[in-house]
Amino acid sequence: MLNILKIALRNLARFHRRTLLTSTLITLGIIAVLLFMATAGSFKAMMIGQFTDAVLGHIEVHRKGYVASIDTLPLNLNMQPATVGKVEQVLNKLDVVEAYSERVKLGAMFSNFTETTSVRVNGIDPEKEAATTPLLPGRVVEGNREGALLKPGEILIPTLLARGMKVKVGDTIVLVATNREGSVNGKTFTVRGIMEAVTGPSGRDGYILIDDARSLLRMTQPEVSEIAIRLKNPAQLAQVYAQMSQELSGIAGNDGKSGMASKGPGAGLEVHTWAALSPFSNIANMIDLLTLFIKIMLVSIVLISILNVMVMAVYERIREIGTIAAIGTPPRRILSLFLTEGLLLGLGGAALGTAISLVAIYALNVWKITFNFGQQQGLVLSPAISVRDVAIIAGLVVLMALLASLQPAWKASRMDPVTALGHV
Amino acid sequence: MSLIRAQKLTKTYRTGEVDVLAVRGVDFAIEAKSFVAFVGPSGSGKSTLLNMIGCLDHPTSGKLTVIDTDVGTLDRRGAANFRGQHIGFVFQDFNLIPVLTVYENIEYPLIMVQDWPEDKRRKQITRLLEAVGMSGQEKKRPDQISGGQKQRVAVARALATNAQLVLADEPTANLDHDTAYRIIELMKKMRDELGTTFVFSTHDPKIMSEAEVIFTLEDGRFSQQQTSERKVAAHA
Repeated sequence: MLNILKIALRNLARFHRRTLLTSTLITLGIIAVLLFMATAGSFKAMMIGQFTDAVLGHIEVHRKGYVASIDTLPLNLNMQPATVGKVEQVLNKLDVVEAYSERVKLGAMFSNFTETTSVRVNGIDPEKEAATTPLLPGRVVEGNREGALLKPGEILIPTLLARGMKVKVGDTIVLVATNREGSVNGKTFTVRGIMEAVTGPSGRDGYILIDDARSLLRMTQPEVSEIAIRLKNPAQLAQVYAQMSQELSGIAGNDGKSGMASKGPGAGLEVHTWAALSPFSNIANMIDLLTLFIKIMLVSIVLISILNVMVMAVYERIREIGTIAAIGTPPRRILSLFLTEGLLLGLGGAALGTAISLVAIYALNVWKITFNFGQQQGLVLSPAISVRDVAIIAGLVVLMALLASLQPAWKASRMDPVTALGHV
Repeated sequence: MSLIRAQKLTKTYRTGEVDVLAVRGVDFAIEAKSFVAFVGPSGSGKSTLLNMIGCLDHPTSGKLTVIDTDVGTLDRRGAANFRGQHIGFVFQDFNLIPVLTVYENIEYPLIMVQDWPEDKRRKQITRLLEAVGMSGQEKKRPDQISGGQKQRVAVARALATNAQLVLADEPTANLDHDTAYRIIELMKKMRDELGTTFVFSTHDPKIMSEAEVIFTLEDGRFSQQQTSERKVAAHA
């Protein structure tokens, strides 16, 4: 085998221009794919992190039907205290859960005493919310950032709302909301801070204490609209989602008092991952699709270039093949020789491409490239690629190189020595 | 016992719609350790005969026995194996592998065709380099040596596996007369030293006169078979 390797290497060196051209094509293909995967993956991870760590959490639990009507924030689909207690019992038992936060969500009118607009209000427990969505406190760009995120009677409002309504930190505003029974109630709040928006539906989301929200809605008992959950390891999202769906399937969403919900899987509650709740999941899917297309392009480049080179290599060396066949070289060794040449081309291109890509990824991290995405300004791109992805791409290239060499190598090994020796 | 025996050997090629009878029912026998020439004009069937003896081509009919093997029955793999074990080839265009050195070209059949251990290979190649007068040239590539030297290397490569039979198709056609003569002398010397049977084709009268047995071919048939005085003397 070592001798075949030696001869194959020399053959590649003999046709050095063609070898260089093919290796360069493969190298460039690998660089394109790995850099795209690293940057797109980084962008995707960053944006997912923005949504999960600043707004949604990784998983949310609602009463069945709530998400289907989420635009209206239906108060009649809130979870009752007994249900919330059962969900909390389940969550407290799951090791994979890092934190969770109960929220009361409502639609309200926001008035600065001269103008009025609509606003989505999240009633939260600041400590639990900060543990579940750790980027939330960092979104407060103006106002008092010391101590608790919110105190009774305080509100955090989004930049868009503050700018549109000309409201500043310390101003008093009024929230007017209609409760489940249709009763309207109003309550004054002091603007504690102004928050930068995360692209998506949170552009008009304000935050108040959960008790203030319940008071505004004149709730007689501590209902909850949703429970946001943060996982210790987001990579386990799919497994935890399945486990949680199973664990919560037996809980009735309305305490089982009205008989509206039946027992059994999905009877009263529904569990959603962040992807089901955020439009960014479509962009994430698109990035995955683009990555797939880029991989297909790479495979095509490798296949076509190596096939071309190996077909030419066989064509140009027909007499040589005739000679080695005539002196008794077994067909399988002729096959091995040409396969080894293709394999070496793939290996060389893959190794060089991977090395250059890793250096480029390192350089991009050193240079700290920034970009803007929606309302997010100056996001730092931190390209990264896993060893697994590098191994898959390099392995794919080598495999394609081998496959592309197979036909020309087979042809060489089956060549009739007399015809080959007579080739001009 | 003959090393090569042919009985009613024919070979027909199909060229387009036309059947070409290249060899027409020839009978011959070649003894071991002989130095034989097939001579005749172009298209007379010399190369076809050599190809059939060398298991590169199958007879259309008749029987051809080479080293006790009916080579007409060998399949592709069997023929390759037979060639690798018993037959060496010398080509008109030398056909050395350009990426390998002189040493490696001679070594090639020992590693790619037969699996000789390194020590044994080195001894064999050193001996052959000396025998063909190429000692000191072993590190050169084919493009760094002359035509005559290339053919010397080709002879050494043909003999590397201790082949019993070496077939040489027009081995001197691309060489000047002096060099051609020296190559034939070298082949004869190798026959004398190693006992290898050499069968070559040529259309050069001076070269053919060096053979001990000469088969003259015309239109796929033997028109004449001559045995030189030296051969007769040797057998006397």
